[in-house]
Amino acid sequence: MAHSDSGGRSQSPPLSNADRRAARHRRLRNLSGTVLSLALTLLGLLLVTFIIGRVMPIDPVLKVVGDRATQAQYDAAYRAMGLDQPLYIQFAGYIRDVLSGDFGRSISTGQMVIDDIKRVFPATLELATLGTFIGVFVGVPLGVIAAARRGGLIDQIARVVALVGYSMPIFWLGLMGLLVFYGILGWVGGPGRQSIIYDGMVPSVTGLILVDSLLAGDWPAFKDAFSHIILPASLLGYFSLAYISRMTRSFMLEQLSAEYITTARVKGLSERAVIWRHAFRNIAIPLVTVIALSFGSLLEGSVLTEIIFSWPGLGQYITKSLLAGDMNAVLGGTIVVGTSFIALNLLSDLLYRVLDPRSK
Amino acid sequence: MKHLMTSRALLLASAIALAPAAYAETPADTLVVAAAIDDIISLDPAQSFEFSGNDVNNNTYDRLVDFDPLDLDKGFQPSLAESWEVAEDGLSITFTMREGVTFHSGNPVRAEDAAWSLQRAVKLDKTPAFILTQFGFTADNVEEKISFDGDKLTLTLDKPYAPSFVLNCLTANIASVVDKETVMSHAEGDDMGNTWLNTNEAGSGAFELAAWQPNQAVQFTAYEGYWQGAPEMKRVVVRNVAESSAQRLLLEKGDIDAARNLTPTDVDSLGDVDGLKIKDEPRGRILYMGLSQKDELLSNPAVVEAMKYLVDYQGITDSFLKGMFMTHQAFLPKGYLGALEDQPWTYDVAKAKQILTDAGIEGGTITTKVRDLREYVDVAQALQASMAEAGLTLNIEMMTGAQVLDAYRAREVPIFLGEWGPDYSDPNTNAATFAYNPDNSDEAMATGLLAWRNSYAVPEAMNEATVAATLEQDGDKRAQMYQDIQRQYQAEAPIVPLFQRIENTGLQENVQNWNSGGSVTSVIYRQVTKGE
Amino acid sequence: MSQSRDMTRREWLLSDAPQTRRQARLGAIYQGWLTFRANKLAMLGLIILVILIGMAIFAPWLAPQSPFTQNLAGRLQPPSGEHLLGTDALGRDILSRLIYGSRITLFIVGTVALIAPIIGLFIGTVAGFTGGWTDQVLMRITDIFLAFPKLILALAFVAALGASIGNAVLALALTAWPPYARLARAETLTIRNADYIAAARLQGAGPMRLLIRHVWPLCISSLIVRVALDMAGIILSAAGLGFLGLGAQPPMPEWGAMISDGRTYILDFWWVAAMPGLAIFIVSLAFNLLGDGLRDVLDPKGTKE
Repeated sequence: MAHSDSGGRSQSPPLSNADRRAARHRRLRNLSGTVLSLALTLLGLLLVTFIIGRVMPIDPVLKVVGDRATQAQYDAAYRAMGLDQPLYIQFAGYIRDVLSGDFGRSISTGQMVIDDIKRVFPATLELATLGTFIGVFVGVPLGVIAAARRGGLIDQIARVVALVGYSMPIFWLGLMGLLVFYGILGWVGGPGRQSIIYDGMVPSVTGLILVDSLLAGDWPAFKDAFSHIILPASLLGYFSLAYISRMTRSFMLEQLSAEYITTARVKGLSERAVIWRHAFRNIAIPLVTVIALSFGSLLEGSVLTEIIFSWPGLGQYITKSLLAGDMNAVLGGTIVVGTSFIALNLLSDLLYRVLDPRSK
Repeated sequence: MKHLMTSRALLLASAIALAPAAYAETPADTLVVAAAIDDIISLDPAQSFEFSGNDVNNNTYDRLVDFDPLDLDKGFQPSLAESWEVAEDGLSITFTMREGVTFHSGNPVRAEDAAWSLQRAVKLDKTPAFILTQFGFTADNVEEKISFDGDKLTLTLDKPYAPSFVLNCLTANIASVVDKETVMSHAEGDDMGNTWLNTNEAGSGAFELAAWQPNQAVQFTAYEGYWQGAPEMKRVVVRNVAESSAQRLLLEKGDIDAARNLTPTDVDSLGDVDGLKIKDEPRGRILYMGLSQKDELLSNPAVVEAMKYLVDYQGITDSFLKGMFMTHQAFLPKGYLGALEDQPWTYDVAKAKQILTDAGIEGGTITTKVRDLREYVDVAQALQASMAEAGLTLNIEMMTGAQVLDAYRAREVPIFLGEWGPDYSDPNTNAATFAYNPDNSDEAMATGLLAWRNSYAVPEAMNEATVAATLEQDGDKRAQMYQDIQRQYQAEAPIVPLFQRIENTGLQENVQNWNSGGSVTSVIYRQVTKGE
Repeated sequence: MSQSRDMTRREWLLSDAPQTRRQARLGAIYQGWLTFRANKLAMLGLIILVILIGMAIFAPWLAPQSPFTQNLAGRLQPPSGEHLLGTDALGRDILSRLIYGSRITLFIVGTVALIAPIIGLFIGTVAGFTGGWTDQVLMRITDIFLAFPKLILALAFVAALGASIGNAVLALALTAWPPYARLARAETLTIRNADYIAAARLQGAGPMRLLIRHVWPLCISSLIVRVALDMAGIILSAAGLGFLGLGAQPPMPEWGAMISDGRTYILDFWWVAAMPGLAIFIVSLAFNLLGDGLRDVLDPKGTKE
């Protein structure tokens, strides 16, 4: 126990100073390259979305003017929406507006897209964050223990838990969960983020109701919001824990078969110290990437979960807008998704640099 | 790490244990409603044309004439107009404004506001504008045709229309009276406040709009200065809940007072629950089957006739549409002037087969597009099965409402299954679309007419009868004219009305005087009370 | 040869010193099968899938009733002797619909699992093998597709092309290929500079030939593992599209669409939604078990997890 610290550090393979400098240089260049390529990705993403929107046989004008419009009213709206312009001019115009902070107006809600997103994104963020918390706080220990006792009971259980998670249609599990835990047992709140009676009662600061209600010191509102979020968050958490526990297990197995672990064991370290202080520390970096990826996929908006739970989040927003031909809204949503993708990639890259002992 | 985990687990566990199952009931002065309200795109009365948008405006605005929520059958009643007079030649109507009524802003409601509101709607020329422009108003002439003087407002018409026709149109949402001063202070360019009114309100109705969060909720607060007395409900919250099962659970748990989109099975089960009740109201919407005359098979009159016997009216209204629709085979809904309740067709596959055989039709295949709404798809599948028995194959492509509508307006839906909702409370609203189509060519682009969409060349005599009915000054004669048109329609038209919508509202036992608006208007909250 | 005739077939397969190339290859496959067979869960998965395929082939004989016959008087019946899994909202036998539905599921999974890896293989190997600008462009495109929320992209495709099974397959394939492309590219990079490629090149093999004869075969085994592991995901995505009404069209008994049908009735008639959900779960679990077992055989180090 006492000498575990020094034992831990001595494990990374020795690097020459020249090696280190080269590595740092490479990483810096990689980072700027990454940023550039991610920005290109975002632009490409928008272009693809834009084209899809224009070839889709859904008429956004009709959504605006409605079924009973005359041809003249229809034509006026068509021009007002700029649809008579060539596609590349529309796209260029859109990009120019976005760069100046104008995301346009949604035709299905009649509001500015930016305001819509400010409303729906926190809902998704809150759900994804809680889901990832559950996934990490259950999945990581489960994976570590499964690896430590390979082939044992826990390993088997973890394997089954993960396989079942991979195999379950989430919308079905959500439906059944609602039926049992809300409909029959009444343990959790129903669909939506809050009970109706709390609607608009808590001043919106962050848009995250759990946080806002705590800031306002409104304990009943917090409990209410919590009882609504816990079921969908647990579902998402289950899926991310399936993934995280499997990845943790395989990272750990790789470490545990490494030579330095044998050395540590030979030195007489307790098994606990070997696992948590040595092996686990070394998987932190890839694990962070895995968690970031899993968080990212939840942030993209779990469309089906949001639909089942009437969760007014980003996934539902994009889906609904898409089916209404509401391209400003879809593009706005895509920008958010794309940016979170970029941000998470950069973040894990950054964490990598901070955590990786070799880059110090 | 370990430490953190246990404390979090503890927090989770305790929070679950403490989570309230639900509130036992809603506050006594608050009405909480669950409904599907994701169709709202505008709250400007000159523009809004969606069900839920009209539901909002009906409570935040008044019109010159309105319905009495406690007795819709009385028809239009004086509202902001205290009385009116029709000129002898029938070419103008003069309204006298009620005194002492104020907008939510505190401004008085004047004849000037009423005139400006109607002029504004005509000038903005948004989709519902035709309800007003059909009387000969145009952007250029409207300032002289709609004039005011002191407390008098005069409408000058281009033809001597039936007064009931004009007044029924003035109950429509587009005829809402808006607060000119307030709106103009928010005008941008020449939009006459359209952008601002899309998300705000400037009316004199019983409720003020407190908040609208798209796809989430609309909230109202009572207007204490309302001219008919402040409503008893001080707050109304309408929450967007799309799923029937979710609405039902909320109602059972006492989280809401009213659930507006319940499926038949959910209505059935709620009927047995203590403390809850169901209110049925026939609405104006007609579910019909449009048989496109562009389709080779369907343009055969024998096939049209046979199709009328291939719908299992009884079976459908007794099973998956139970309580949600009733069989109704004429284009004017029950509750309208001149509505016809004859039901000439029954489900009779043998007869349909006979008709087809007699006409020498051996069978055929039709591929159609159906909107992805449960009830339409189920009706389509039932039709698919009975058509198969008669030797006809029906292929169904499910699509979103927008996609089907696009195709329908392009005259590309062979068998249309869907609903038509009246735009205003006068029989002409349906007659003018089902039984009127002066030019059936593709170039006419009369996309607003159902007859045109189904490529149905309405006979000249029927076109004329439909127009003549709008000019008949005598109410009884007018009703008779509409009944005659409908009988002829049933005999020959390829557009087949099948069912009329019934709205089932699930309510807490203590909610009194709920009114969804019947077949003629939108929901009204001001008369609702909550007893013990 | 006379020596080998004296051995049992098993010994021949397991021989340490195979005498022909064929013996070696068959031996390796047999070894793999032994490993796979020892994995009870994987065998379970295989058995379920064999049953599923049997069900799909023999559906007309196995189904107690037609999956399309409606009976409005006998709708929403609970499971009973007459209807083992009950009836749906139009009075159709749910068991029969599930049995016929297995055909649709297998069709979707089979087609997507064929198309997506081939697109991915092609793009990935070309990118990895050619390098330079081609690589940059192809990988950027891959990234774009990867950054897009999968279900939403599929939704957009189906909305653009029209809802049908064929288009659902296409949409799923179009969203599923990027990971294969990345995998194939990574594999290609590791073998691109191998000696035998250089040797083949010296012998005058053109780039196409190198790609097809030398690069592709080496990528295939890792792609197969990946496909096996992805099958369940494809089933779930397909069901998701069906659930949103964008897959199979009525009255086809697609499982996801059946759940969506049953959703309306979930509170009183839970079996209408529960049964197809269970079917999806069992089949995708089977694919996962199989994939897990296959990985142990083809990729014992677990590097593709």
